[in-house]
Amino acid sequence: MQKIEAIIKPFKLDDVKDALNAIGISGMTLSEVKGYGRQKGHKEIYRGAEYNVDFIPKIKLELVVNSSQTELVVETIMKAANTGKIGDGKIFIMPVEEVIRVRTGEKGADAI
Amino acid sequence: MNTGDTAFMLIATAMVMLMTPGLALFYGGMVRSKNVLSTLLQSFICLGVVTIIWVLFGYTMAFGTDINGLIGGLDFLFLRGVGGTPAEGSTIPHLVFCAFQLMFAVITPALITGAFAERIKFSAFLVFTVLWTTFVYFPVCHWVWGGGWISGHGGLDFAGGTVIHINSGAAALVAAMLIGKRKGWGREAIHPHNLSMTLLGAGILWFGWFGFNAGSALAADGIAANAFMTTQVAASCGALAWLFAEWINQGKPTILGAASGAIAGLVAITPGAGFVSPASAIIIGLAGGVICYVAVLAKNKLGYDDALDVVGIHGVGGVWGALATGMFASLAVNPGGADGLFYGNAKLLFVQAVDAGATIIYSVVVSFIILKAIDLIIGLRVEIDDEVQGLDLSQHSEIGYTL
Repeated sequence: MQKIEAIIKPFKLDDVKDALNAIGISGMTLSEVKGYGRQKGHKEIYRGAEYNVDFIPKIKLELVVNSSQTELVVETIMKAANTGKIGDGKIFIMPVEEVIRVRTGEKGADAI
Repeated sequence: MNTGDTAFMLIATAMVMLMTPGLALFYGGMVRSKNVLSTLLQSFICLGVVTIIWVLFGYTMAFGTDINGLIGGLDFLFLRGVGGTPAEGSTIPHLVFCAFQLMFAVITPALITGAFAERIKFSAFLVFTVLWTTFVYFPVCHWVWGGGWISGHGGLDFAGGTVIHINSGAAALVAAMLIGKRKGWGREAIHPHNLSMTLLGAGILWFGWFGFNAGSALAADGIAANAFMTTQVAASCGALAWLFAEWINQGKPTILGAASGAIAGLVAITPGAGFVSPASAIIIGLAGGVICYVAVLAKNKLGYDDALDVVGIHGVGGVWGALATGMFASLAVNPGGADGLFYGNAKLLFVQAVDAGATIIYSVVVSFIILKAIDLIIGLRVEIDDEVQGLDLSQHSEIGYTL
């Protein structure tokens, strides 16, 4: 099992979610986060005083999948979240030791 | 008594009253959300505080029988003898004049609150408002409108450029320097939290300013009409001038710039509204917008934290307005005024400069004494933890938004 963390542009969330649903991924967790990478922040001007705002709003999606699905999920996210412009985000993949469903105690792939 | 004048002045008075809540919104939008209520209240409560002291002793200090050109005597203490019949030479009930002037006294200390916003202790602010209104506003008001020395030597101030704007701007400079910078000033971004609120406030101020300037004719006549038109022209030109100055200099036209420029234009036309032509008001308003924009930029360089730019807009704009009146005033517009520099009378410009200078010096010195005394006895500034938490919670146990 692997965990996929995708940082994407907020307005791409619906596209990504629909695309993932279409390949059978039916659960995920999202957070509203702020950050910056190569995409620079923006400048704000109030009565002549200029402020640079570095951290810009992004969405972080987290989902855990069977390792066999990882490649398909990553491709799907990349396709749906891509605008071709700087700031489209990043995807991180990491191993997951165990998954447990709280209600039933099911473990492993059954609990995903 | 003239019923037309009386009806007009009653409405003008109510319009000027609305300017103070308008100012509250104008300022409230510019602070951070944790300080919105405290900023609103500091303007709003001036309606309460100043009204009481006006009735008790303020009106008589400003408009009682003149003593040596400096202050009014005590004949109208508790408004004794101020009633429904007009004072000598007036066409409106004495009480209407008194109420109209009260609204000016209310908004002036409210203007100063922009300088120490987001860090003053509410108790210290209340004491400051009482003392400043008593020892600075009432005397200067008397000098200009109560038969004091400024009107005596021919200085022109139609609707309060000197009394209200230069006076509050000078006090604001002292207040900003004495209370010190807000925590994080110049290092972290201190953002206005709701500029749509600020724009609404600016709109209410603009509306009220018709009562302020046209009402200062004290009659429903041609001078009032002239003041009404010059007010509209200068506000429009100020908004455009600041917007374009900012656009050219920093690359973007901003809402806050347009709102600030409108106020700058209104401040600039205030002393000359009933003395200059609408064409002159174009120049006064355009220059007012640019001059105040530059003054606000200079603040960022000079390094004093006049939080909401009372000095840059009211102080500097007020001085420009006083000098502009000395240049553009014309007897053809108002036979009761004077000709200015461009109409062959350079002396008026000199007189205006003296009046502005005297007001600045008096306001700076007395404001300094008052603020120092309050700082020693009560303390001007809230504790650092309270400032970080925000004045809304620390001073009033309320928050502006539950989102």
